[in-house]
Order: sequence, then C-alpha cells, then structure tokens
Amino acid sequence: MTARVGIVVFPGSNCELDCQRSFDRLGARTEFVWHDDRALPDVDIVVLPGGFAHGDYLRTGALARFSPIMHAVAEHAAAGKLLIGICNGFQVLCEAGLLPGALRKNEGLKFLCKWTELSVEVPGTPYTARAERGQVLRVPINHFEGNWYADPDTLERMRAHDQIVLRYVKNPNGSLDGVAGISNETGNVLGLMPHPERACESLLGSEDGAVIFGSMLDHVAHLRATPAPV
Amino acid sequence: MVTFKAGVHVTLRPGIADPQGLTIERALPALGYEGVSGVRVGKLIEFELDAADAREAESKVRGMCEQLLANTVIESYTWSITGESVDGAKEGS
Repeated sequence: MTARVGIVVFPGSNCELDCQRSFDRLGARTEFVWHDDRALPDVDIVVLPGGFAHGDYLRTGALARFSPIMHAVAEHAAAGKLLIGICNGFQVLCEAGLLPGALRKNEGLKFLCKWTELSVEVPGTPYTARAERGQVLRVPINHFEGNWYADPDTLERMRAHDQIVLRYVKNPNGSLDGVAGISNETGNVLGLMPHPERACESLLGSEDGAVIFGSMLDHVAHLRATPAPV
Repeated sequence: MVTFKAGVHVTLRPGIADPQGLTIERALPALGYEGVSGVRVGKLIEFELDAADAREAESKVRGMCEQLLANTVIESYTWSITGESVDGAKEGS
C-alpha cells in the first residue's frame, strides 16, 4: 500500500505543489490539509512546506504555530509518525517547540537563494536511510532566516542524541555548528532549511532531495511490513 | 476596568549576535557620532489593554510576551504599562 502524505497549507505557503509533485513522483499518495482544519486525514507523513505562513508577521512561524491544525500535527509527532518541516516549515516546528532552537536572520543579512551541499551526519534515520555517513547532497536554500541557534547545553544534548542530521559543507548563513537540518530526540521529526522538493528530478539540477523523501517512504513501507509488537 | 497603554520592547538576547545593530554601530562613527556602543535593534509593540488593575495588566502582558510576542530562545523583552481609569484616577507602573 502506498504511503499517505499530508501537506499542510497555511495562508502564505508556497512550496506545497513542489512537495506534492516530488512525493507523487516517488509513488506516495498526497493530499493537502488546510491550516484551519482541526484533524489530519489518515496519513503516515505530515509535511510543513516552505513559504511565508501568515505573512511571517512578528516572526517566521510565530503565528503558524497557533493554527488549529497544529494540535493534530503535534499529536501525529507524539505518536512517533514522520513529520518534516522544510524552510518555513522548520521555523514553524521550532516556534511550536516540536524541535529545539530558533532561526535567526542570516549572518550577512542577505536573502540567500542558491545551491548548497549538505553532509549527511547521521545516516540510518527515517530521513537518511538511503544515504551513507558523510554523503554530500546537493539541495538549494531560499531563505532570510535560516541561521539556526540553540543554547550550548541544548546543542550538547542534541549532539549526544545524534540530532544534528544534516550540516552544510560550507556554512552559508552563520547557522550554529553549520546546522542545516535537525531532528527531535526520538528522530521522527526533522526540520531543515534546504528544499529537497526542489531537487527531486534531474531537470532541476539535482535528484538528491529524493534521498530524503525516498528514505521517508522506505521507513513507512518498512513499518507496514513489520508486524506490530504484541 | 481600566484601559492601560502597554509598550513591549523585544530585542535579541544579550550574547546573541545582532548583525543589524553591529552594522548601525559601524555606520555611526562615519557620521561623526563617536563613542556609541552596544547597539541592539529590536521591535516595539504597542497596544491598549483592559484590565482590573495594574497587576492584572502586567500579568497579561507577561503572558503575551512568553507565549507570542517574544521567542525566548533568542529574544528578551521588557515592557512598560501606563493607564488611566475611566474616572480619571491614575494607575500604572
């Protein structure tokens, strides 16, 4: 059975179609979920796509975390299911407390729209199972607030729990520890600033994003093939 | 019930690099303003707020700051509250 992917659309989201196309091409069944809904459909994966949810007013993600759907999104994550936040979606997850830290303005105060290289620091997660340790993925960034920060104790704890999943090969924005993508402690929630959905077909210049999305679909398929513990 | 005027200042926490503040700090000497340091850029959020008294108003403002107005992972906040009751008696802090 195909994996079901729910893509949350906030007013101001603008990467939902790219996410849909990428997951569809990989064989998933996608559907959009409006931010004002209170329940999620029966999905294996939830995607918070990029964009400018609620206009990014006040702070990126600050208002989106109060959208009615976010309760159900938090419950989905608490149940151990996969939840990925891309760019603005990552910012929303940090504001919502589903991932540690916060995203600051880029160090150089420039909006950055360019290709980056990401090093897979933690293979074997639901998001990186198709990659090897140190494998370099070519994925573009497109953000003004991608400069991730957490206090030293939090960072130390995250390192100890293998939560720094993706690092920039060359840090573009001043992000602490070169962080491009992090997971929660249990590993089922991932947030990243780069856009895998813009790197899922060769026509776009890279298919490396499919390593991340494909790993997620493998994870769902594996869970289905494994009998539930008694 | 008293209507208070509240002003909330949000800035990056001490120790968190503020590239905007730094840029301004570097620009000022070029205009002849020497001796400026510690420039921090932040936000001012002003609003009016109905509360029974100054204590309740403060408690509400603090709640708003913690829940929404500031992200305390990277930001700190201060606020000021002034108000006058409908009969004109001064309230506030």
